[in-house]
Amino acid sequence: MTTHTIHVAGISLWAPRLPGWDVAAPVLRGEAAMPEPQVARPAPTLLAPTERRRAPDTVAIALEVAARACESAGVEPREVASVFATTHGDLAINDYMSETLARTPALVSPIRFHNSVLNAAAGYWSIGTGSMQPYTALTAWEDTFGEGLLEAMTQAEAGGRPTLLVAYDIEARGPLSTVVTSHGVLGMGVVLAPATGPGTLARVRWRTARGTERTAPLARNLAAVADNAMAGCMPFCEAVAMRQPRIIRVGLSPSLLLEMEFDFPVSP
Amino acid sequence: MRPLRVTAHSVASACGAGVPALAAALREGRSGLRANDFTEAPLATFIGRVPGIEDCALPADLAAWECRNNRLAWLALGCDGFRERALAARERYGADRVALVLGTSTSSIGATEEAYRRLLPDGRYPEDLRRPIVHTPHSLGDFVRAALGLEGVAVTVGTACSSSAKVFAHAERLLRLGIADAAVVGGVDTLCGSVLFGFSSLELVSPEPCRPFDVARRGISIGEAGGFALLERDGEAGPWLLGYGESSDAHHMSSPHPQGLGARLAIEAALGSAELAPEAVDYINLHGTASQKNDEVEARVIAELFPATTRASSTKGWTGHTLGAAGIVEAVIAFIALGEGLAPGTLNTATLDPACGPQVRLATERAEVRVALSNSFGFGGSNCALLFGRARPG
Repeated sequence: MTTHTIHVAGISLWAPRLPGWDVAAPVLRGEAAMPEPQVARPAPTLLAPTERRRAPDTVAIALEVAARACESAGVEPREVASVFATTHGDLAINDYMSETLARTPALVSPIRFHNSVLNAAAGYWSIGTGSMQPYTALTAWEDTFGEGLLEAMTQAEAGGRPTLLVAYDIEARGPLSTVVTSHGVLGMGVVLAPATGPGTLARVRWRTARGTERTAPLARNLAAVADNAMAGCMPFCEAVAMRQPRIIRVGLSPSLLLEMEFDFPVSP
Repeated sequence: MRPLRVTAHSVASACGAGVPALAAALREGRSGLRANDFTEAPLATFIGRVPGIEDCALPADLAAWECRNNRLAWLALGCDGFRERALAARERYGADRVALVLGTSTSSIGATEEAYRRLLPDGRYPEDLRRPIVHTPHSLGDFVRAALGLEGVAVTVGTACSSSAKVFAHAERLLRLGIADAAVVGGVDTLCGSVLFGFSSLELVSPEPCRPFDVARRGISIGEAGGFALLERDGEAGPWLLGYGESSDAHHMSSPHPQGLGARLAIEAALGSAELAPEAVDYINLHGTASQKNDEVEARVIAELFPATTRASSTKGWTGHTLGAAGIVEAVIAFIALGEGLAPGTLNTATLDPACGPQVRLATERAEVRVALSNSFGFGGSNCALLFGRARPG
């Protein structure tokens, strides 16, 4: 299989116990203790204060990590194409919609309806940043992070320009939580660039490979992501934080892997 | 971009199962819309309902994915010999070298809605619906992956009404970078309470069959549909994907950019990637939902960008607005236009909105169609334009 090369230009992470990359990186490296959770969700500054309070959890987490990843990469948010990946979309709105439809369908809230689309967070990102660059929104159940990463890598390589990946999931609510498992709020953002730059964090050589052996998050970091459906993003975050050459594998489908070789040719 | 060949395609819509049924409806001006008989609670509107889904249970080995949306996917896979062609591609290239990229807006949310209607007294789901895979949006992609025995990239795109147009772009990148040798693309969306009552809450649903671009249009008619296309670098027959363009509106969640700037960017990017001038486009299948805003804005963009010789129409009067499936349904209509030399008109519409230029046609006509453009625009301001050709250029 062909090997491709991409560069990590910037990264972000947010979970209640890891609120931001600066807090998260030393914890992921094992150099700092895992803090206790302070707040349940982030307050993205891209939204005006009233919108910030009203925004669904999916929008709040996605906009926060998207903005921080762009900041970390030193790229202008409105100039990057973006890929938004979520396993389940807005579980809270799905619970609201299904419950309202079962009782009083004529009373469905129009705002919650248009926020129920899988690309709601991507739409608010485009509106908030004024970006007319293409975005996409995708899902692949247990392989959502891998498929999101693959699409962002292929967009960056095919388009020859930095591409933002935003991956997030929120907590399941109501009766839906009896069949869908996801707890807390978790999001990560990464800007992938075809060329190396002054702030390059890592070089990643990647290929697809048959197989089922996915890299698991390090045991010491599991508490940070509880059992959020996007926990599959952790090995990637750990690799960037630890700055040691290593290979990780994330799933693309039940029998295909995305294999990534990290190295760190540039010191920070 | 280097063109890709569409070596097989299929469709199932309110106009019937299979490409010939849709082509006949287009030729004969026969709408698939009917008065709403889908929702239990009353909702005075017209819908594009696919006949026969209720009788089309999934085979026993795929029963874990059972739900209306996956039934429609199965029905569309069985149309036009598509499943056999996809399986032959799997044998030819290897199961891990055929990518699967499907679009949907609501996937199998109808199954979640049903579970909530039938909750047990203790708040749990009824036993037959305790299947996590049908309560997550990748239900569609995972089902088709299993149904075709594919082992490569398998992903579901959800950008509302542009979803199954954007899958062509997504798959083209995978082929260009050598991550796959062929791709099954397409999309499926089925009628459900969320979209019927949701669009109604936004006051976008028409009480009569939709009349795209009519000066007296009253909103959209929601439809369901499924369709697939097989993309390869070359093949013996079939139309070509010549180019595509994607953009975002950066304007509003449920209303288009007032000057159609995002739509324009997507169309210009598609022409650019195909290295074609607007004059080369013989037929445009418009997004044309029959909502006040979409049609007004889209009509202006088309009038500004294209010459009077380019024919343009909305086919929503036949199928309804099939949301996440609109991209693939209208790609198939473009294939019919290219293959049969048929430029569909705009069904149900009597008097065109004055915003329309000479491009928008009411009557279905025989015409030479060498290049066709298909527009798909979605909530969240997601735009995608696809260009297809009867022959490979040059």
